[in-house]
Amino acid sequence: MRKLHHFHGGVHPPSNKAQSTRTAIAHAPLPPRLVVPLHQHAGEAAKPIVQAGDRVLKGQLLGMPDGFVSSAVHAPTSGTISAIDMQLVAHPSGLPNLCATLIPDGREEWIAREPVDYREHSSADLQHLLRMAGVVGLGGAGFPSDIKLRIGKQKITTLILNGAECEPYISCDDMLMRERAGEIVQGAEILRYMLDADEVLIGVEDNKPEAIAALQQAISASGSTLQQNKRHEVVTIPTIYPGGGAKQLIRVITGLEVPSGKLPTDIGVQCFNVATACTVYRALAHGEPLLSRVITITGNVRRAQNFEALIGTPITELVALAGMLPDTSGYIMGGPMMGFPLPALDVPMVKATNCIIVASEKLFPPSPPPMPCIRCTRCVDACPADLQPQDLYWFAQSREFGRAQKFSLFDCIECGACSYVCPSHIPLVQYFRFAKSEIRAREHDKQLADQARVRHEFHEQRIEREKREKAEKLAIREKAAQSAKLAGIQSLTPQQQAAQTELEAGRAHIIELAKSEVEHVKE
Amino acid sequence: MLSALLVMAAIATVLGAVLGFAAIKFHSEGNPLADKIDAVLPQTQCGQCSYPGCKPYAAAIAAGEADINRCPPGGEEGIQKLADLLGVEFKPFGSDTAAPKPKSVALVDESMCIGCTLCIQACPVDAIVGAAKQMHTIIAAECTGCELCVAPCPVDCISMPVIGEKISNWKWKYPLYAFTAAEAAEATR
Repeated sequence: MRKLHHFHGGVHPPSNKAQSTRTAIAHAPLPPRLVVPLHQHAGEAAKPIVQAGDRVLKGQLLGMPDGFVSSAVHAPTSGTISAIDMQLVAHPSGLPNLCATLIPDGREEWIAREPVDYREHSSADLQHLLRMAGVVGLGGAGFPSDIKLRIGKQKITTLILNGAECEPYISCDDMLMRERAGEIVQGAEILRYMLDADEVLIGVEDNKPEAIAALQQAISASGSTLQQNKRHEVVTIPTIYPGGGAKQLIRVITGLEVPSGKLPTDIGVQCFNVATACTVYRALAHGEPLLSRVITITGNVRRAQNFEALIGTPITELVALAGMLPDTSGYIMGGPMMGFPLPALDVPMVKATNCIIVASEKLFPPSPPPMPCIRCTRCVDACPADLQPQDLYWFAQSREFGRAQKFSLFDCIECGACSYVCPSHIPLVQYFRFAKSEIRAREHDKQLADQARVRHEFHEQRIEREKREKAEKLAIREKAAQSAKLAGIQSLTPQQQAAQTELEAGRAHIIELAKSEVEHVKE
Repeated sequence: MLSALLVMAAIATVLGAVLGFAAIKFHSEGNPLADKIDAVLPQTQCGQCSYPGCKPYAAAIAAGEADINRCPPGGEEGIQKLADLLGVEFKPFGSDTAAPKPKSVALVDESMCIGCTLCIQACPVDAIVGAAKQMHTIIAAECTGCELCVAPCPVDCISMPVIGEKISNWKWKYPLYAFTAAEAAEATR
């Protein structure tokens, strides 16, 4: 038995997972329309490479990765692109973003798939394949997986697969582990190979015994062929929110703490979600880009269930499949702790959409009005990142962003444990999100200002240099004219000499004018 | 009496020499205060402060010739930053200064551009690409939104669309609680 460790704080919200784990993962039927956003991942949006009217095949590239941190976007099924325009997407801002609308033809015609044997390729090649397959973290943040596999000289000792799924209501990873444990283990082995890690530890919370059993069975089943059983291990961790946060999971399993402002790779650990591992396996062993995912539809519905649905499926379709109840008041994407209310129901699901909770006043009664902070420090006891939320709240609400940063605001993982325990019902995480985005915007502005300063200084230098060069050129020409005049003047008749002087005077006047022109332009 | 005078004179000479040496040895180029002020200014280089750029304005503030409330692109937050830096009171925008505007970026109507290069000469950050009798275009990422290119254009083909809120620059808002009518009545009672 592996010795487990603890992270500070944490809370025990009611798990509410049983509702959606009663039936197996169902395949959502093909919707009449798919809306595929070109920006579904952290980093830069993909650049569209198809046009409205184009016929595309299932798995065909729609958006090319554009920039270092970016990922590809594919057609989830075969059909015709009807538009590439701004559409409402699942984002807390409620603002539109560039999307490709696809009308499926129902034929499910695939592009040519090219499975690869990962053992015959280098990690760099495989990273490129994953980038082009649009593989991003499916845990919620949507960070491109190829970037996380691009490690420098650091030695990765431990690869951790995150199957904790600590947020209430969500059960998509649980169901995936139960039904596709084999693919997860295969994917984990590919990731281990790419990172050259010594061991793979799959962390699963102890409220998912079926998933743990399935994974253990999958490891022992594949052990004889890959000799994985020495390297792969399922670690059962206690159920405590947010035990599925990457830093918290690393802490619990290895006892190591990721230092502030550092990455897990800096301490020799890398962490991937179990669903991401599954996608990595499908992308390489089957040549299938990321076209669908498992999504939990739960809350105020008749049949809470997990669906395997195509990326771009309108959430309305999925909610209708689960049977929405009449007293619905809203929709939350993600879990009740970290999720956000959807701006509208006809937005499409994206790679990062792990769960839709149909909300009702009964399930989520409106929060009572916030009262003043009484500095009870219950938030400090709950904070899994060892922060002082009551101080951060004070700085954020008075817009003292510099001091908030000094109190390690950016170590906040926005888990919501502090807001959950606050007896004054202060929406602490909202304040922290506000402060973080203000600080990011200011840093961005500062960067732009510094860039403008450098460019302005160069501009001034250039003007100065041009002025100098022009003056030098003029001086040389004048000198040449002077010497030519001296040479020619003796051989001329008096009349010619007089004409020459007149010409010179005219020329001098023009030069004078030209000089003043130069001054004028400079001004 | 005489010895006291001599001692004082000797001390004065030695200290004078030390100070003179320090003045040469630790001489700093430029004006450090002006640089600090310049670092706070938004670097729009728009000249709305009546100085020909951010650096001259910073130098004028450092010399005590200009007020801190003359920079519209910096906004009230910029005035606050200057006030904090200089240890003076916050001062609202004067009536002779333009009001702060939302950030915008220049846009050349490329079908109308005649390629006169006047805007290129006016741009303080070289953010316009083009040559004589060739179409010009703005490098949006480098444009500071100073509007200096708008006036020189002989065909008025440059506009200044506001950048506006997009997903890429969206910010979380300050949390506000929406009181229900009943709660509001309760609170005012």
